[in-house]
Amino acid sequence: MTSHLPLINQIEKETTTLNLGPTHPATHGIFQNVLEIDGEKIVSADQTVGYIHRAFEKLAERRPFYQITTLTDRLNYCSSPINNMGWHMTVEKLLGITLPKRAQYIRVIAMELARIADHLILNSILAVDTGAMTGFLYVMQEREKIYDIYEEICGARLTTNMGRIGGMERDLNDNAIKKIHQFLRDFPKVYAEFEKLVARNRIFMDRTIGVGGISAERALSYGFTGVNLRAAGVDYDVRVMEPYSSYEDFEFDIPVGQHGDVYDRFCVAGQEIWESVKIIKQAIENLPTDSYHADAPEYYLPPKVEVYKNMEALIYHFKIVMGEIDMPAGEVYHAVEGGNGELGFYLVSDGGRTPYRLHFRRPCFIYYQAYPELIHGSNLSDAIVTMSSLNVIAGELDA
Amino acid sequence: MTKISNNFLLEQLQSKFGDKILSYDEPHGMLTVVADPSINIEILEFLFQEPQLQYQFLTDVCGIHYPDQDLPLGVVYHLHSLANNHRVRFKFFLPDHNPHIRTASQLHAGANWMERETFDFYGIIFDGHPNLKRILNVDEMEVFPLRKEFPLEDPNRIDKQDKFFGR
Repeated sequence: MTSHLPLINQIEKETTTLNLGPTHPATHGIFQNVLEIDGEKIVSADQTVGYIHRAFEKLAERRPFYQITTLTDRLNYCSSPINNMGWHMTVEKLLGITLPKRAQYIRVIAMELARIADHLILNSILAVDTGAMTGFLYVMQEREKIYDIYEEICGARLTTNMGRIGGMERDLNDNAIKKIHQFLRDFPKVYAEFEKLVARNRIFMDRTIGVGGISAERALSYGFTGVNLRAAGVDYDVRVMEPYSSYEDFEFDIPVGQHGDVYDRFCVAGQEIWESVKIIKQAIENLPTDSYHADAPEYYLPPKVEVYKNMEALIYHFKIVMGEIDMPAGEVYHAVEGGNGELGFYLVSDGGRTPYRLHFRRPCFIYYQAYPELIHGSNLSDAIVTMSSLNVIAGELDA
Repeated sequence: MTKISNNFLLEQLQSKFGDKILSYDEPHGMLTVVADPSINIEILEFLFQEPQLQYQFLTDVCGIHYPDQDLPLGVVYHLHSLANNHRVRFKFFLPDHNPHIRTASQLHAGANWMERETFDFYGIIFDGHPNLKRILNVDEMEVFPLRKEFPLEDPNRIDKQDKFFGR
């Protein structure tokens, strides 16, 4: 009697489908990866994004320019001030407004603080995903201090809505300056300790070296920017290539990696934190004493005291608050170095009160498509570490 | 580091593609070239391979809609030559109905999702794209929401009518 059981070599090889996300703790946001795995090796990955798509580009077409800043807060919410400033600078480019040095330096301070906050999250969450919880909680205290400084500058912590078209909404107050000095004193010790804890840790290095690597050619082809591109060895940084907001005044280095793997990304981001500290130090020490906003009464909201006693200020106040200011027609593209790459704003104005078209060049939307290639053939646990190191922020991904 | 001027780039393009370059402009310092959509890949390849130019970084692809034009739908490419630190913008205009343009995803891997996004919002079909389907909106959606014929709010609402400012 012949056996009904199939022979072992006749069994069809089967792969397993695994849903990583949409609400998986390791995805740090709402997006889904449908992984096809063979044992523990990843065969293919199919991404689904758009779970928190809020149609910012469509919303922006109906909003006055002043009300779009709040939309940019919600792109990369780990570094909102950079998005805010990027948007203001785009509009200022369209208007042809040049800011006084003090306003530019204050912006640089805010942006570099935001970069530190962003990279702190990136690096400490990466440590959490490899099993090191302590370091994360330790540096989150410092992020709180950065948020305290935001609070002194603009009154908000997470969705900052910082700055105005034409400058900052108010000058740096003494408390803010004190807190920045305090931060510059305390933070380096804390971050140095974090690096001591993680950077040369055997387990961490084993988990991250040679994982999720990409060559410089592929990274460029995929449109990588920011830390991910520099980790692959390309020294492209918008702050240096096309200096904005007086970045040319500061002395800082652009760290680059070699292999583009998770460990290189960790090291580049860590080194960038040190460079940001350097920039903030220079900016706060050489803070110019001119005005914190440009002389552009038509576009810059006047101080409230003036509104009560000055007719012109009242008119401008009313027109700006009601969104009745027409912008000149034209089209501009302005890029800033965001927390995770080149954040670009492509703005087309037809001369009305709202943009005709506004497109956000969102860095992580563009580089996240390389994820299947990065994790192909690697283990599931490597896939999670790779995703964590890419600094994909769902708010920016889905706009 | 060599430096490219907008004029030099424009001369190169005009000598290579002649009257397929339809018009050009320089808003806020960035050369903006409107060209015939049938040669979009030829232009991207030429800019990519020419050793003097090396526009090898595709910064952005997006769509734009001008309902009043003869060719209302536009595809906008932002290219960056990292070697020369120079940016250029290209626009290709397409008809409203059945707009087709060839994909750049074989040349720039990153064009894949950017073109899907453009398709998702404007319905521009990128021929030869490996996986042209909606990306941010739900698959069941039947319209292309960033086109201007779709107002953000229901125009029949009267509670939001603003008699003083007329909008």
